[in-house]
Amino acid sequence: MSKTSPRHSKCEITFTVNGKSVTVRAHPMERLLDVLRHELDLTGTKEGCGEGECGSCSVLMDGALVNSCLIPVLQTSGATIVTIEGLSADGRLCALQQAFLQCGGAQCGICTPGMILAAYHLLDKKSQPTLEEIAEALSGNLCRCTGYMQIFEAVQEASRSGAPK
Amino acid sequence: MKTASIVGTSVPRLEGRDKVTGRAQYVDDMVLPGMLYGATVRSRIPRGKIRKITFDQAIDWREFVVVSARDVPGKNCIALIEDDQPCLADDAVNHPEEPILLLAHPDRHLLPQAVEAVSIEYDSLPPVFTIAESESLKEIIWGTNNTFKTYLIEKGDIDSVWEKARYIIEAEYTTGAQEQLYIENNGMVASFDPQQGITVWGSLQCPYYVHKALMKLCCLPAEQVRVIQMETGGAFGGKEEYPSMIAAHAALLAIKSGKPVKIIYDRMEDMAATTKRHPSRTRHRTAVSADGKILGGEIEFTIDGGAYETLSPVVLSRGTIHAGGPYYWPSVRIRAKAVATNAPPHGAFRGFGAPQSLFALERHMDRIAQTVGLSPVEIRRRNFLQPGQTTTTGQTVNEPIDLGKLLDRALELSGYSAKKEAFAHENQRGSSKKGVGIASFLHGAGFTGSGERYLGSVVGVEPCEDGSVRVLVSSTEFGQGTKTVLSQIAAEALGIRYKDVAFAQPDTRDVPNSGPTVASRTVMVVGKLVHSAALGIQQTLRAAALLGDAYSPEEFRSACRSYVAEHGKFRSLARYEQPKDIVWDEEKYRGSAYAAFAWAVYVASVTVDLTTYSVSVDDFVALQEIGKVLHPILAKGQIIGGVAQGIGFALYEKVIWNNGRMQNGQMTNYIMPTSADLPPIRAYFEELGNHHGAYGAKGIGELPMDGPAPAIVNAVSDALGISFDSIPLLPEDIFDALERNTDEAAATRSPRGRA
Repeated sequence: MSKTSPRHSKCEITFTVNGKSVTVRAHPMERLLDVLRHELDLTGTKEGCGEGECGSCSVLMDGALVNSCLIPVLQTSGATIVTIEGLSADGRLCALQQAFLQCGGAQCGICTPGMILAAYHLLDKKSQPTLEEIAEALSGNLCRCTGYMQIFEAVQEASRSGAPK
Repeated sequence: MKTASIVGTSVPRLEGRDKVTGRAQYVDDMVLPGMLYGATVRSRIPRGKIRKITFDQAIDWREFVVVSARDVPGKNCIALIEDDQPCLADDAVNHPEEPILLLAHPDRHLLPQAVEAVSIEYDSLPPVFTIAESESLKEIIWGTNNTFKTYLIEKGDIDSVWEKARYIIEAEYTTGAQEQLYIENNGMVASFDPQQGITVWGSLQCPYYVHKALMKLCCLPAEQVRVIQMETGGAFGGKEEYPSMIAAHAALLAIKSGKPVKIIYDRMEDMAATTKRHPSRTRHRTAVSADGKILGGEIEFTIDGGAYETLSPVVLSRGTIHAGGPYYWPSVRIRAKAVATNAPPHGAFRGFGAPQSLFALERHMDRIAQTVGLSPVEIRRRNFLQPGQTTTTGQTVNEPIDLGKLLDRALELSGYSAKKEAFAHENQRGSSKKGVGIASFLHGAGFTGSGERYLGSVVGVEPCEDGSVRVLVSSTEFGQGTKTVLSQIAAEALGIRYKDVAFAQPDTRDVPNSGPTVASRTVMVVGKLVHSAALGIQQTLRAAALLGDAYSPEEFRSACRSYVAEHGKFRSLARYEQPKDIVWDEEKYRGSAYAAFAWAVYVASVTVDLTTYSVSVDDFVALQEIGKVLHPILAKGQIIGGVAQGIGFALYEKVIWNNGRMQNGQMTNYIMPTSADLPPIRAYFEELGNHHGAYGAKGIGELPMDGPAPAIVNAVSDALGISFDSIPLLPEDIFDALERNTDEAAATRSPRGRA
């Protein structure tokens, strides 16, 4: 997809990002990741592998956790997208962001936005997950720094606070 | 007045808020007006001469900026130790990812097709891919003998021990290449201005390495090269030397085009072209007494450096010095060698040679135990270095480390004895086998020998208008917590609040050269200098009668403000001076190899599934003595993260080579541990202090990489009763070994099988 030039046959696509309706002109096969980063300046969504393995580009699309490097932007028409920027829109950290900060869940920070969204998605479905459920839910998001233990602690901490949102 | 201690507490990570909100700026988040995107045309053969380069006429090349070796203004090399690695190949190529041409275009989508549209014809030469092929000297691919560097360490009279030995134990151990696999790929942005020179922004560990390389490449004076570190998404050594290459490429394109240029590698290019951990081969021959004491040994340590020298001599040095581990060798001879092959140069990766030689040693200790008829615990206990004894380089252990006690605590924490007993029982039946393994080791902090003296690092701390102080270092943050811990040290030294300390972005225009961010040196060496430089401010404020003997943080702020308002800003600088008790003979490789060692005992428990032949690590205890824990959460994070990489090194991460190229350069088929693959990793600390380090700290960044692989492979060997001497140890290797064992057992039973 990334090899296709978006020069020709662009179309208008309207969707909601972090509560705001946006309309972009883009090649229909442009990756959602690139549209978020380049057209909408939402650079908190990161590229790690470009093939859906690492989860760094995770965003929520209509409540589902997706790899934005695998989503052609046309597919988002009418959809609701949440990126990391949407979790602290009012400038206050959400409980998960606070817990990642407090427990050492973020080291280099590159996987952190995707990891927090994956954890957010988990807590949305299940507010009090077990350790095994956390490990399983985050297994599509690779982190090379932490060895995951302090990320698990952060998710447990946020879950205890009872207000991941 | 003494405020509550800041060192030793888990203050919030300095840049943590930006990281959890996605606001932190990494190089790929940067956009400059009129910026072009750059790409690299690489060799696709391992060795040969470039005959002809053809540009496919289907592409309108007038739209592209094209750079070749002829466009290099200065010396066509990436300056490091030797200047042997070209920035762009001109005539010959020596590995299959060697850069030959650079392309840039405003539309990044057009670059992949353009790279494909360049065809290069070669006269191929026979390549060399393994240590054995390189040693055979059938093809000379580097220097006169394919050898980048050799070392010899000799202690005692090794030639006389063999006749006294009750046992002589010989074996060979190998380790594979390992990819650092930081989640942020390498990238750089460069801009050029004829008056100001070159500026690069990038993902990197060592701003002054890049600075040095660009000066030589572009033939520019120091003040016309500026290197700025952006937030860096993981490095682990993988962004120590290769960023100089990418910065050089971006700079050449920026000079030629007159526009800013961004080069961001995609995952496959990053994995294939940039450095990986050196593959290694270690041979041990050890003389042991009847009661299990090491009398002496010969160790031969060889690493595959790839096509150019790069950092191989230094990686080899650390691996060589760590080859004897935490044991007392009355006599030893260590021969070490780094050889050339036609693979992309191997380079820095957390541990820097030590994980390779320590894997061999710790497997060998279990082999010795088995031969002698002692337990793995007992063989280590009998041979541990004691205070007053000397290491293989003749360095006296002059700290009160009690390795026996450290071992006892690790055994207790891991429930070792109970596990041994339970596994012996459980392993008699069922379709899985359990085992437990230990590794004891040490890791030297800081540059080897006289390295720190040559570096002569400088650190600055300055008071600011608002009364805060700012730390100025070229030491970089890439996840470890550099900014946080150095700020803690400054705050503690001055008795001020953590939030009253700011940290300058590493920018060679603004910060002094505090050395590279490598070698577990930042907290210990740079931290100590931050402490001294901070005290210089206190001294100045007192001399100006703005500060009394006792003061509150508020009074300090006010004194800083008054001073800066009256006299302007100043910098308190501290420069490294080698302590008198560190003496190193570079010729004989004898003396104080490191200012301090951290000591550790790790215990792994594993289950081997006899249906799938896969190994799962069930529990992992990591106990270490690290001088002083300055930040408990960060220290724990370093250890757990390092252990996870060590588990990958042992069991998952295999680089598949095909004609010198990495064939599995994707996260899909190069497997690192996910959150579902890891056991509970339990990190524990002992603190004995260290007078060379800030507040008694030793370096810990690399330490946790050394122990996991041998502990795990010892555990697998324990579970199956078969010795495994190579990593990564994949299910297919275990299958092969079990099959071989069955065949051999059958052959022994059947007389015909012996024929």
